[in-house]
Amino acid sequence: MNSSDSAHTTGPSPLSDAATLEFRSVMKRYPGQREPAVENLSFTVPAGEICVLVGPSGCGKTTAMRMVNRMIDITEGDILLDGRSVKERRPAELRREIGYAIQQIGLFPHLTVSDNIATVPRLLGWDRQRIRARVDELLELVSLDPHETRERYPAQLSGGQRQRVGVARALAVDPPLMLMDEPFGAIDPINRERLQNEFLRLQREIRKTVVFVTHDIDEAIKMGDRIAILRKGGKLAQYAPPAELLMYPANPFVEDFVGADRALKRLALQRVRDVDLWKAPLVRVGEPVAEARAKLGDAEVPYPLLVDDQGKPLGWLSERALAGERVEAELRSNPKPVLDIDDVLRDALADLLSEEAQYGPVVDHRGAVTGVLSIEILSHALRTDPEEVPSGADAL
Amino acid sequence: MSPLLAQVEIRERDDTCVADNGFCPDWIADNFDRYVDPFFQHVLLTVVAMGIGFAISFTLALVAYRRRWLINPVTQVTGVLYTIPSIAAFFLLLPITGRGFLTATIALVSYVLLIIFRNVLTGLDNVPADIKDAGRGMGLTDRQLLWRVEVPLALPEIMAGLRIAATTTVGLATLAFFAGAGGLGEQIFADITFKSNVVVAGVLAVLLAAALDGLILLAQRAVTPWTRAVSAA
Repeated sequence: MNSSDSAHTTGPSPLSDAATLEFRSVMKRYPGQREPAVENLSFTVPAGEICVLVGPSGCGKTTAMRMVNRMIDITEGDILLDGRSVKERRPAELRREIGYAIQQIGLFPHLTVSDNIATVPRLLGWDRQRIRARVDELLELVSLDPHETRERYPAQLSGGQRQRVGVARALAVDPPLMLMDEPFGAIDPINRERLQNEFLRLQREIRKTVVFVTHDIDEAIKMGDRIAILRKGGKLAQYAPPAELLMYPANPFVEDFVGADRALKRLALQRVRDVDLWKAPLVRVGEPVAEARAKLGDAEVPYPLLVDDQGKPLGWLSERALAGERVEAELRSNPKPVLDIDDVLRDALADLLSEEAQYGPVVDHRGAVTGVLSIEILSHALRTDPEEVPSGADAL
Repeated sequence: MSPLLAQVEIRERDDTCVADNGFCPDWIADNFDRYVDPFFQHVLLTVVAMGIGFAISFTLALVAYRRRWLINPVTQVTGVLYTIPSIAAFFLLLPITGRGFLTATIALVSYVLLIIFRNVLTGLDNVPADIKDAGRGMGLTDRQLLWRVEVPLALPEIMAGLRIAATTTVGLATLAFFAGAGGLGEQIFADITFKSNVVVAGVLAVLLAAALDGLILLAQRAVTPWTRAVSAA
């Protein structure tokens, strides 16, 4: 995407690309309360990764996030941003260097989209032209048409557009750290899925350090490079990449929180293209039968797969098709389910189960067959070492 | 008639319409000059009282917005000022400030304080919490948040308060002549039994109120363009 290329070349970026964030025995106790809201919280988010804070309501995840930009004061312990304590910083200055997106978005209704996005750049004293260029760049980055949206008021946008503007505003000065508090929480499921994918795609380019708060474990698994599961009282139950969390839950609380279907959830972390597919014995009408039989010899599936000139699957061939000299179009069954190479394994499994099939052809984005996925491969994938399972933006 | 009202004979008895105490366009055309000065006195009284009243109550509201404990005392004091009948206020002030513009202005100002104070405060309080949170989270200081976000978003309520205050003040200023500050009221009471007189002075007062109301409304539309920008999407 050229918009992101220009974000690094012409994009005015006074701040570093991404920061390392470290929680050091952080404790928060609200006045008049005996139990701390957050207790002895320690973890490190490497630069450029998405860390999801997840847990039931009242687990202190939002409190933990808001201590990072000092919206809430730290009672004990410390939070370090690139090794520097946030407590040394003046809150307003610190916050200008940290992107901030919340569930309710909080766009200023009296300002146009452009002025909303320009809020922090203006606080930092950028000149007009630089701000104008940055606004357009950001709108393109979040897939909005600058000419159409720039001068609109938030009331004139759809929910999804507002959310995008909120993200653009949080990214305005290219902050090394982003805080996102249930940013897609108020969006309907279909648009939420789209915004999640868009954000992951965006993250693959901008590589910010992100603290992402949600109560939804599925969202956490999808978005996180690392997940911090908190339990009531702000205690850290486990801090691990999603695959590890699903494979080796550290305690009964985590096991319970990630759900009984954690094996299936793990399949949602991997895509068809991430696993070793079976070789498909592809044959075309008119091909010599001897060749077709030779292909069948090396294949794990018992039948040849008939494809057309473009390599698109037509169906599994019957014995009769191989009776003569040349392959004939005698199908034993249609090729269903046809699986997309970009599907997550969980969806591929669901397709196989609903067609009552043991295996199905996998097609690339042009629709040509590239291999065969089987239940056997899927069950093998469940035993994949968590280290090898991609997460966050890399999984997309 | 009270001697205070200083009845002046303004009718010329030879005119039949005037003698019949009708509504006399000819008389009005001939005597319109009489109303010009009182009209401008009236405008001045209203505008000055509104200006001072707004300055005081807006400041009070901003201070009380951050220091919530001030809300009750300010509401009570301005509330008492609001309930004192203006004529009573004029007479109470006469021994202190004497007859004239100052006395009338003080009474009018004290009357609008509560209206404007309450509207400004309501406007600020109605700014949604998530918007304030987003502003603070982006690094706006309290002062920046106030002037760039909270006050602009409170403008519809603030302007609504100004409109109420303006029409009320125009009405009350017709009593300002009790304090010796002139205004259209002086003309009305100069011959309250003469229809043409009362109609001209009264209509001028109504027109003034309507004009001020319209002006403030126009100003409001100019400073709150976003309120009309609803879901074109």
